Amino acid sequence: MSRLIRLDRTGHTTLAEWSAADLEGYDRAAAAFARERDEGMIASATGADGTAEVVRELPLEADLVVMRRQIAGG
Amino acid sequence: MSPGSVDALALVEPGRLAETANVPWRQRPDARSLRRRGRRWTAWTVAISTPFFAVAGLLVALEPMLFIVSIWSIAHGVGIPALYARRGARSVVPLGGARSSAGTAEPGAERMALGLLGDLVGHEARDLVVRTGLLMERGELGVWLLGERGAMLVRSRGRRTDCWCVRIGDAAELPAADRISHLLLALREDEAGFATVANMDFSGASWRIGRRMEKRSRPALAAAREASRAG
Repeated sequence: MSRLIRLDRTGHTTLAEWSAADLEGYDRAAAAFARERDEGMIASATGADGTAEVVRELPLEADLVVMRRQIAGG
Repeated sequence: MSPGSVDALALVEPGRLAETANVPWRQRPDARSLRRRGRRWTAWTVAISTPFFAVAGLLVALEPMLFIVSIWSIAHGVGIPALYARRGARSVVPLGGARSSAGTAEPGAERMALGLLGDLVGHEARDLVVRTGLLMERGELGVWLLGERGAMLVRSRGRRTDCWCVRIGDAAELPAADRISHLLLALREDEAGFATVANMDFSGASWRIGRRMEKRSRPALAAAREASRAG
């Protein structure tokens, strides 16, 4: 099961879950993904091998996609 | 289109950190440019310390009774670089340390955030962050230590440490461990981009930084130096 989460004041909130076979679930997740991006959040697809990649569309096969805020120099 | 707007971020090349769109004038660092910056920091340190030592020597040579003034001058020569190192060390805020924001988030949020951070890293890194408040992450440029604000980059086989000022743009109410997760994700997305967005606050000998870190966090620097030596 793939998960879309947002890092927020609760720790994190699960916005949607989907699987490759559940296209309806994926569409709901993609809509949530688009809303978060419109609010300026950045999407990071994380891999089990300790990698992360910025994504602009919700990857169907990703295990975990994390919506994070922007970082800046201090 | 304002810097940092969604449109501006979308223009960044794929695979690069989105936030680099906010600092388009900055060069992306690589190992060579970091070495160059490190040498500049060393040269600057020598340039500001040497006159104090020279004055101390000159005063004693002219009049041995002025040795008290010489000591004052030497203290400045030693103290000013130490202040720079202290500022560098303070730019990194360890989780749960004296300046941590832990405890300001909603009840239970901190635990949940720490759980997610644990899922993103291995056992070794998770244990280290619990013990020292700093997360270790190996990169191409060196070994990184991430706090809830700020980062250190240990390189040159552990001899040199760069301190970077970097934070979450709007961290209001975010649990402290989530702040580390933000920095970790950004670093993993694009290491050179991360170093482009962050501001270098200090570059110098690792031992200088180690002496000015919170005692609890020093083992993290030792582990990063060890990892850097091991390559």
